Amino acid sequence: MKKQPLVEMRNIHKWYGRIHALKGVDFKVNEGEVVGLVGDNGAGKSTLIKILCGVHLPDKGEIFFKGNKVRFASPKDAIRLGIEAIHQSTGLVDTLDIKRNIFLGREPVKKIGPVRWLNLKRMAEDSIKALKKIGLEINSPSTKVEELSGGQRQGVAIARAIYFKTNLLLLDEPTNNLSVKETEKVLEYVHELRRQGTSSVFITHNLYHVYPIADRIVILKLGEKIGEFKKEETSVEELIELIKS
Amino acid sequence: MRLRQFLGNVLVVKEISSIFMLTVTMLIFYILSPYFLSYFNLRTLLELFPELGIVVLGVTVLMISGEFDLSVGSVFALCPILIVKMLSAGVNLGIATTLALIVSLGIGALNALMVVKTGIPSFIITLATMMCWRGVVLAVTEGTPPSIPEEFSWLESHLTFWLGPIRISFIYFLIILIALWIILERTRLGNWMFATGGNPEAARARGISPAKVKLISFMITSLLAGFAGLVQTSRIGSALPSAGQGWELDAIAASVIGGTSLFGGAGSIIGAAIGAFLLRIIGNGLVIAGAPGYYFRMFVGIIIILAVIFDITLKKRASKARW
Repeated sequence: MKKQPLVEMRNIHKWYGRIHALKGVDFKVNEGEVVGLVGDNGAGKSTLIKILCGVHLPDKGEIFFKGNKVRFASPKDAIRLGIEAIHQSTGLVDTLDIKRNIFLGREPVKKIGPVRWLNLKRMAEDSIKALKKIGLEINSPSTKVEELSGGQRQGVAIARAIYFKTNLLLLDEPTNNLSVKETEKVLEYVHELRRQGTSSVFITHNLYHVYPIADRIVILKLGEKIGEFKKEETSVEELIELIKS
Repeated sequence: MRLRQFLGNVLVVKEISSIFMLTVTMLIFYILSPYFLSYFNLRTLLELFPELGIVVLGVTVLMISGEFDLSVGSVFALCPILIVKMLSAGVNLGIATTLALIVSLGIGALNALMVVKTGIPSFIITLATMMCWRGVVLAVTEGTPPSIPEEFSWLESHLTFWLGPIRISFIYFLIILIALWIILERTRLGNWMFATGGNPEAARARGISPAKVKLISFMITSLLAGFAGLVQTSRIGSALPSAGQGWELDAIAASVIGGTSLFGGAGSIIGAAIGAFLLRIIGNGLVIAGAPGYYFRMFVGIIIILAVIFDITLKKRASKARW
C-alpha cells in the first residue's frame, strides 16, 4: 500500500484578474521529504506556495492534509496544521532579537493568577538549544536579527520551525542573494530539518542549489506543471533543458 | 578585552545616547548658571514635566507599533473641556470624568479604525483628526476658557497636590512609565507591538493581528493624552482651548531623542521619558541662562539631529565591540 502524502493539492487554479497564474496544478509533499519547486519568474511557484500557506485561496481545486480535505482562509489555519512559510522579507522581525523572533506569537509566559509575563530565561535557553541543533553558532540569543547575515537569518527561521515541530516548512527562495559559503550553510540547515522529521518545499530558480538536497523536484512553467522527477531519475542538465524548452 | 566587552554592553543599552545628551545638557546649563541645579529650580522643572511627559509615553508606545498620532494635542485640550462642560450641565464629577476618558479612548479607536481600514498613513489621518478635534474644542468654548465649576476642585486636589518637593502628578507619570515598560519589555502584547512596528507581515505570518495591536496602541496613546490634559487643567485651574497645541511634534521629538525609530519596531519608553525631560530642561535652562526663550525650538532641533547621529554611531561601535 502506498503511504498517504502529508499534503496534497489537486487541480489548483488561480486567476489574478485576467491572468491565469495556475492552470490545474497537482502538487504533493510526502512525510519527511524535501521537494524542490523550480521554475522561472512567473512560473507560478510563489502563487502555489501562497495558497498552500493560507495567504491566497485557490479559485478552483482542493487541498488535502493527511488525507482530509482542508480549507486555508488565513495563515492561521495553515499554522494550526503545522504548515509555515518563510520568505526573506516576512520571515523575521529585524528590530527584535533572536529569542523574541523565535517565540514570536508563541511566547512562553509565567503567571500568577491573571498576571502573565514573558519567560525570557526559557526563551533564551531554548533559543540557544534550537540554534545548536542545526549547527548555528551565535554569541547571544539577545542579538538583534538586523545584525545577522542572510544565511544566519535563514538559520534562525529554520531553527524555529524545528523547535515548534512544524510539519511542513515552505522555504521561499532561501538562498537568494547569499554568498556561496552561506548558501552551503542554508542547505545544511535544510538537511538537518529533514533529519528532524520536518518536510519542506524548497522554492528556487537555481537548480544547482536544490538538486543536492531534494528528494523530488517539481518544475513549473507558465502556471503548469511540466515535470516531476525523483532525483535518481534525472540530472541537473536534463532539468535545465526542460525549463528552457 | 574585558573592558571592551563591558563597553560593548554599555553602548548597546537602548537609552545610552539620550542619557549622554541629558548629562551633557545639564552640565552645560549648570556651568552657565549654577542656579539651574538648585532645589527650587529642580522643583519647577518637575512641576510642569508630567504633562508633556505623559503624552510622550503614549506617543512612544504608538510609534513602536509603527504609527503616529498627531491628534494628541487636541485630545489633551478636549478631555478637560468635556468634563467642565458636563459639570456645568449638572453631571456628577465621577461620571463626567469617566465619560471624558472614554471619549479619549474612543478617539484613539477611531484613529486606529480609519488607519487600519483605509490603509492611509496615520500621519495623514491624525493630521485631519487633530484639526477636527481642535475645531470642536474651539467651537464648544468659542475660543475662551470656560469657567471651572466648584466640583472640579476634587480633581485638582487629587491630580496635582504637593507631596514634598513634587506634585503627585509626577508620581502618576512614574507609575505609567513603569506600567508601560513592563508591557513593552515583559509581556506578549509588548513583543507584538515591536513586531507589528518592525515587520507587520512577519507578525501576521506568526498569527498575530497587527490591526488589533495598533488599535490597542492608538487607544493607550489617546487615553494618556486626555489624562495629561486633566493634569494640566488641574494644575492651572483653567481649561485652555489652546492647550497642547504643537505638542504632537514635541512628543515625537522627545521619542526620537530617546531612541525611538520613526519607522517603528524599535524604541525605549525610558529613553522617551529622558527625551521629554531633556525638552523640558532646554526650555527651562535657556531662561535660567538668560537667553531669550525664542531659541528653544532652535536648540530642540539641534538636539534631535545630535541624538540621532549619536544613536547611529554608538550602535555601530557597540556591534563592533561585541563581535
